[in-house]
Amino acid sequence: MNALSSAFLRYSPLLILALAWEAAARSGLFSSSSLPPISKISLAWVDLARSGDLTGNTLASLWRTGAGLALAIVIGAVLGFAMAFWRGAETALSPVVELFYPLPKSALIPVTALWLGFGDGSKILLICMGCMLPVTLGAFNGALSADRTLLWSARSLGASRLRSMWDVVLPSAVPELLNGVRTALALSFVLLVSSELIVSREGLGYLIGFLGANGTYESMFAVVLTVALIGFLADRIFEAFVRRTLAWRE
Amino acid sequence: MAGVSAPTPSFAARAGQLALRWSLIIALFVAWELLTRTRTFTPFMLPSPQSVFERIWRDANSGDLFINMALTIYRALAGFIIAAVLGVSLGLVMTRNAGLRWFFDPVISVGFPMPKITFLPVIVLWLGFYDTAKISMVVFDAIFPIITATIAGVRSVEKELIWSARNLGARERELMWQILLPAALPQILTGLQVALPIALIVAIVAEMMMGGYGMGGAMIQASRMADSRGVFAGIIEISIIGWIFVKAMAMLRSRLLFWHPESTRN
Repeated sequence: MNALSSAFLRYSPLLILALAWEAAARSGLFSSSSLPPISKISLAWVDLARSGDLTGNTLASLWRTGAGLALAIVIGAVLGFAMAFWRGAETALSPVVELFYPLPKSALIPVTALWLGFGDGSKILLICMGCMLPVTLGAFNGALSADRTLLWSARSLGASRLRSMWDVVLPSAVPELLNGVRTALALSFVLLVSSELIVSREGLGYLIGFLGANGTYESMFAVVLTVALIGFLADRIFEAFVRRTLAWRE
Repeated sequence: MAGVSAPTPSFAARAGQLALRWSLIIALFVAWELLTRTRTFTPFMLPSPQSVFERIWRDANSGDLFINMALTIYRALAGFIIAAVLGVSLGLVMTRNAGLRWFFDPVISVGFPMPKITFLPVIVLWLGFYDTAKISMVVFDAIFPIITATIAGVRSVEKELIWSARNLGARERELMWQILLPAALPQILTGLQVALPIALIVAIVAEMMMGGYGMGGAMIQASRMADSRGVFAGIIEISIIGWIFVKAMAMLRSRLLFWHPESTRN
């Protein structure tokens, strides 16, 4: 009960903001289309959920982020570890990484649309390309941060090169790697929503644009808040996962 | 690893590394040229570097390139600077005032991990299609890392420093300007270094969605017209801007932190 009331106290500013929104919307100072009251937005959300529009488009969006992110994590981690373990890979890849790292990832939206059209493929490729480098850098820096003396000890105790990599280098790379994945996760939502807003015929971003163009602003706000909530929850779930994974370090 | 630092590489070694780096980048362009020459990809999928550079040259001569670049840089930087001023002030004030901290803390911890770009259609609805909307979107997205970095920076200032300053008679205002801000500066700059690329990404997305002049608008226009040279020219131009932004921030950091131990380390 105590924890509950302290959580309530902590998050009460959000409640105050929501109430202020409701009051401002009902005061008549703003047109009801540009600032619909939260109560109406919730009703619109229920309608959308009932009609199935929300679930269908949410699933489409989650599939795109999931697939793109999974590819980015696998390819990115492999590249990062290869660069850390093998000098040749580092000399060959580091200029490429350096060249593409500062590229504002949203600039890839038109390219992937040009290559793969308006469907799932272009979004997955976009998310994969855009989210790969943070994972690569995380894996690379993490693997380099492995304690040399630990590695030498493992080798001198007779562990093979591969064995010591698996048992010593990989575990010590995990925190940095997960940090990179967290950056990639946030980026994946940004890229997903932007590309769906701009070039798509399906997904949550598309639904927002469609509802906005139709002038059903209550529903548009409902979807906007849903996407924001999904992004927030994804981050929190990942954070909890990281805490559990890294529990052994304490 | 702190104890075992690598010896400083000699000039020849560094020059060799630089040459190697550039030759690899050149090799990348040669590979690109070869891939298009051998028709592995159609010119539509991957236009040749030569045709892309010709396109950039033509845009530069017609003046379009400079209008688009200047507008995008203006929107990204204007939003970034507003976000920096507001973010640092809000972060500072939040560390000094319990009431404000109570109010903004949950707002920021919920707002930071959200994909704020989702609110772009809402901002268009409120502010229209002009620069105000684009710059507001940039501010909204870039401000969060700056606030959190400022708070973290001020919190990490050693208590002894603050106590000594107080003891010597520093007032709240002096404490803020002469102790807290300089001591928190490294972390604040890290926050700014995170926020600047975000500002550019968001400015470009906003331009893509709203259309009109600007790098994002030009690229999405080219993509809709299936003009792949225009799209690839845009990628190169935008990545040059991105690179300049990142380098400029790093330079600013070493300029502002010349007194800090991190600058003398290497």
